[in-house]
Amino acid sequence: MIALTQIAGRARGNYAITVSGGILAAIAVIAIVAPWLSPNDYLHTDFDNILSSPRFGGGHWFGTDDLGRDLFVRTMMGIQVTLLVALVASFVSLVIGVLYGAIAGYVGGRVDAVMMRIVDTLYALPFIFIVILLMVVFERNFLLIFVAIGAINWLDMARIVRGQTLSLREKEFIEAARLTGVSTFRIIVRHIAPNLIGVVVVYVTLTIPQAILVESFLSFLGLGIQEPQTSLGALVDAGVNQKESASWMLLIPGGLLALILMCFNFLGDGLRDFFDARQSP
Amino acid sequence: MAQYTLRRLLGAIPTLLLVVVLAFLLVHAAPGGPFDSERVLPAEIEANIAAYYHLDEPLPQQFIRYLSNAVRGDLGPSYRYRDYRVSELIAAALPISILLGALAMLLAVVIGVGAGTIAALRQNSIVDRVVMAFAMTGISIPVFVIAPVLVLFLAVKLNWLPAGWSATTGASRLLLPVVALALPQIAYIARLTRASMIEVLNSAYIRTARAQGLGTYAIVRYHALKPAMLPVVSYMGPAIAAILTGSVVVEQIFGIPGVGQFFVTGALNRDYTLVLGIVIVYAALVVSMNLVVDLIYGVIDPRVRYR
Repeated sequence: MIALTQIAGRARGNYAITVSGGILAAIAVIAIVAPWLSPNDYLHTDFDNILSSPRFGGGHWFGTDDLGRDLFVRTMMGIQVTLLVALVASFVSLVIGVLYGAIAGYVGGRVDAVMMRIVDTLYALPFIFIVILLMVVFERNFLLIFVAIGAINWLDMARIVRGQTLSLREKEFIEAARLTGVSTFRIIVRHIAPNLIGVVVVYVTLTIPQAILVESFLSFLGLGIQEPQTSLGALVDAGVNQKESASWMLLIPGGLLALILMCFNFLGDGLRDFFDARQSP
Repeated sequence: MAQYTLRRLLGAIPTLLLVVVLAFLLVHAAPGGPFDSERVLPAEIEANIAAYYHLDEPLPQQFIRYLSNAVRGDLGPSYRYRDYRVSELIAAALPISILLGALAMLLAVVIGVGAGTIAALRQNSIVDRVVMAFAMTGISIPVFVIAPVLVLFLAVKLNWLPAGWSATTGASRLLLPVVALALPQIAYIARLTRASMIEVLNSAYIRTARAQGLGTYAIVRYHALKPAMLPVVSYMGPAIAAILTGSVVVEQIFGIPGVGQFFVTGALNRDYTLVLGIVIVYAALVVSMNLVVDLIYGVIDPRVRYR
């Protein structure tokens, strides 16, 4: 834990990390808290104010949509859903990728060759289309979105973790652990994995925006989250259809989506410089 | 080289086969049949429909039939567009999608490499910062946000360009979709080019060339550009996949009658054979483009040995 606080202390001097991290934290907090402060809920139809433009006095801070629902509350809900999907999907890809990469790198030899050959083959697949097929065939299922996105994104992580593990494997402390009879599984979990934190943190920050993109892409196509639930992608989709009469329905959720993605990209870039993880995917 | 090409071609077959098997199984694992509807049909009619589409055969037999037809270019009948084969629908839509994708790719490479090179030559200057700020914005705005925003401002508000796809608008109708599709790739390629160009420009042989009095243009054109392009070339594979994905959205937004449009309507209508066929065509495109990119990489970089 001491090491972590030291890292946090050093990171404070880096503006790419602090500013974008701060904006993201602020967005997340507002998205969770603000709906409680608004007098509206995400489902209520205000028949007197259909497609009304954003006004701070009128109760609808971001205006309303074509069904008279409050866009502020819906946007906040969309941010919650988008962030939740991204975090869970990144966690799924983190677990799969780190385990897979660490095992391939540590065990090495033929096992490594076969495992990485599988990754190469999967890499060539246009996964997004398989995911769409998955969404078409099975009922739109929230859980499925997590799994599908996580299943796409673990490949990069596995490759990078494997590379790192290959060099770690030769270090003396691993040799010492092996000599004292620590089991392979325990070496991977207790000695290899903690030393991967740097690269893993960087690549998780870079997978989050990818997961957000996939989720919002699916929702935009109408294959992701279903009404009356919403996400930023679904809100943009609704906004595209109303762009000529109600441009705020497109610009507000679209702008927030871009802002969130940009903050994650800056954060990832900053962290990469910070940890000086020079491997690129 | 010929041997390498052949080996890579053979290597692509398992990948493609994997896609076909995966997609086929997925479609057939679907709960309910493709023709389930509100109306309850008499059992004989249902049996007839199943027999017509060979849905009454065991799964392995159906798969072999599908595969052997697919190899000959027939992807089966569309479940929703009656009277049409999936191959006919795709063949009609493919040219426009390929035109769109190729133009976007060309634009992305030309502008991305150009901007990245300029930024690298003037590292840390105002120009560099502006280019990189644009690039960061570009990779952060998804295609499905930038496309409608461009339409809103350039077509609806300012009325400079056509917003949709109609027969009367001529070549100008291509402009907005191509730009929207290319923007994120321009941004990504500019970042890649800048990073690798800076590295190349700092290498010893460039310093030698400079010491011999060569101008900046000649150094970039004859010495730095080719090695600096290598990361860009290896990014081509993912870029092609990204453009295919993006074209699904762009075709939807601009109403372009391409493959992506069929893909979305097919997905929403549960036209299983159509979606299955398009997934296979897309996969074949991505895999074969990856192969081409690998070969080009070897031509540019003689250090790559065709083993």
